[in-house]
Amino acid sequence: MLSFVLKRLASTIPVLLIAITACFFILRLAPGGPFDQERALPPEVLANLRAYYHLDDPLIVQYLRYLGRLAELDLGPSFVTKDFTVARQIGIGLPYTLILGGSAFLLAIFGGVVAGIYGALYHNRAGDWAIAAVAMTGLVVPNFLVAPILQLVFGVRLAWLPVGGWGDGSLRFLLLPVTVLALPHIARISRLMRGSLIETMNSNFIKTATAKGIGRRRVVLKHALRPALTPVVSYLGPAAGYLLTGSIVVEQIFGIPGIGRYFVNAALNRDYGMVLGTVIFYMGLIVLLNLLVDLAYAWLDPKVRQR
Amino acid sequence: MTLYAGKREALEDAFLDRDDEMPRGKPRSVTRDALRRLRANKAAMTAIVVFAIIVIAALIGPYLVPYDYETPDWEAFTAPPSIESGHYFGTDQNGRDLLARTLYGTRVSLLVAVIATTVSVVVGVLYGAVSGFAGGRIDSAMMRFVDVMYALPYILFVILLMVMFGRDVFLLFAAIGLLEWLTMARIVRGQTLSLKEREFVEAARAAGVSSFPIILRHIVPNLLGPVVIYASLTVPEIVITESFLSYLGFGVQEPLTSLGTLISEGTDALGAADWLLLFPGGVLVTMLLSLAFIGDGLRDAFDPKDR
Repeated sequence: MLSFVLKRLASTIPVLLIAITACFFILRLAPGGPFDQERALPPEVLANLRAYYHLDDPLIVQYLRYLGRLAELDLGPSFVTKDFTVARQIGIGLPYTLILGGSAFLLAIFGGVVAGIYGALYHNRAGDWAIAAVAMTGLVVPNFLVAPILQLVFGVRLAWLPVGGWGDGSLRFLLLPVTVLALPHIARISRLMRGSLIETMNSNFIKTATAKGIGRRRVVLKHALRPALTPVVSYLGPAAGYLLTGSIVVEQIFGIPGIGRYFVNAALNRDYGMVLGTVIFYMGLIVLLNLLVDLAYAWLDPKVRQR
Repeated sequence: MTLYAGKREALEDAFLDRDDEMPRGKPRSVTRDALRRLRANKAAMTAIVVFAIIVIAALIGPYLVPYDYETPDWEAFTAPPSIESGHYFGTDQNGRDLLARTLYGTRVSLLVAVIATTVSVVVGVLYGAVSGFAGGRIDSAMMRFVDVMYALPYILFVILLMVMFGRDVFLLFAAIGLLEWLTMARIVRGQTLSLKEREFVEAARAAGVSSFPIILRHIVPNLLGPVVIYASLTVPEIVITESFLSYLGFGVQEPLTSLGTLISEGTDALGAADWLLLFPGGVLVTMLLSLAFIGDGLRDAFDPKDR
């Protein structure tokens, strides 16, 4: 197990390095600089600014300096909101994004698994078809369309829930954004779960268990569930990544002050320091989450460790 | 093919039972069989008709509607849909006809999807075919790169590119195509690995044809099935990406419009002028649903063992 952990840990390093390098150079290839404004700055001010941020050094020197700072976990300064470093802004936004994404993650797993089990046990009946139809819609309709419709129905017409904002962070405020964020993943997980549980229920060891006279509920929960869960677990890594990027748009729609909003604003303002910092932070987080899911997977399924 | 038609018929008469289902003399190719299976699939055929109607409407519709997409109607600001006024979809806050704007936006969204899908197909097929055909160390290095790219969320790269390309929409979507080829490359590589062991490749090699012409003339034409299927799955993904970017304010800019831009404007007017969201949203969902059914139908048709 230890050698698996180490091997897996080592494999993340080239991924991160390639990602950081690609992002850094893509941003530097962009025409225009962070200090281009509607009214041009006086040349000496511009020269001072450029010197202050070391923008006149050769690109490779800037790149190495950036890597060196990253190694100390310093994401550098923001070029537009000058009073806040990139790390500080991410620190402010992170709790909101984590609560939103984490709740959506749990809801997606729970809702998806329950719907999947139901669909598998009653497959090809009315309930299963209904779930499949809802799942298809959830997969196809993008969240920036689902969200305003839910806002209109539950926020404006019925006035049961707030239309947006964070408020005191209570369930009332979280319900709509978390549902919107989780919906496509509930759909995906329920389909994975349904397929694999149907397959498992047809296998011989389940027939043996049933033949021994074990009740249906016990057969499903004790015998079939665990092997049937493997495709769901392997989807959780990518799902964590999708949730994190999906929350960019959900935060925007519901006005939640998470990292996503800082990121979008930075991109619109061409704040290179901030864009680069947030992208690298997102990627690091996604690589980390994938790593955790892989380790959980290896722990669940000994066969994976051998590879 | 025609050279051998007569010979083929003679052979068939001599050795095979008569096949009444197919016209004699015509070769019974994989593609032909697949198209026959596709025609038998009602859901897919309906989806194709619906999608064709949307495409035709987007192409010729703007010439039939008496209003254009950017000129305000000074008599009607934020007018609800009505038959008498000729604004069948209503107008927006600037008095622009929503039907004309939706038709035009659909056209832009489709155009962008076609550009990006073409780029992704070309890059994916070439990359996958070269990697699979070369094999060995080149293959594993090329696929390792794909793995690394897979681990990173592509929407972040898209937003980075957006910061870089700024307002040039069509260049931007060529760039999205450049990021969307990963799955295509994997599928194509897998197919190539088995194709290159076949006799016709060996024959070509024995005849002295060098590697690259073999890839183009012998490998790529045989990849048609999986490439068509996967391209049909890429189109909706790009449509969503475009809408997502336009929604966040990165994509298509005024006075040009796209479905995503229209949905974003509609969201802002929600509660006051619901039709501004419902019509473009409805078109987007119909389009995505029909594309999903077409993709499923193609997969079933070309890959019958999957059913």
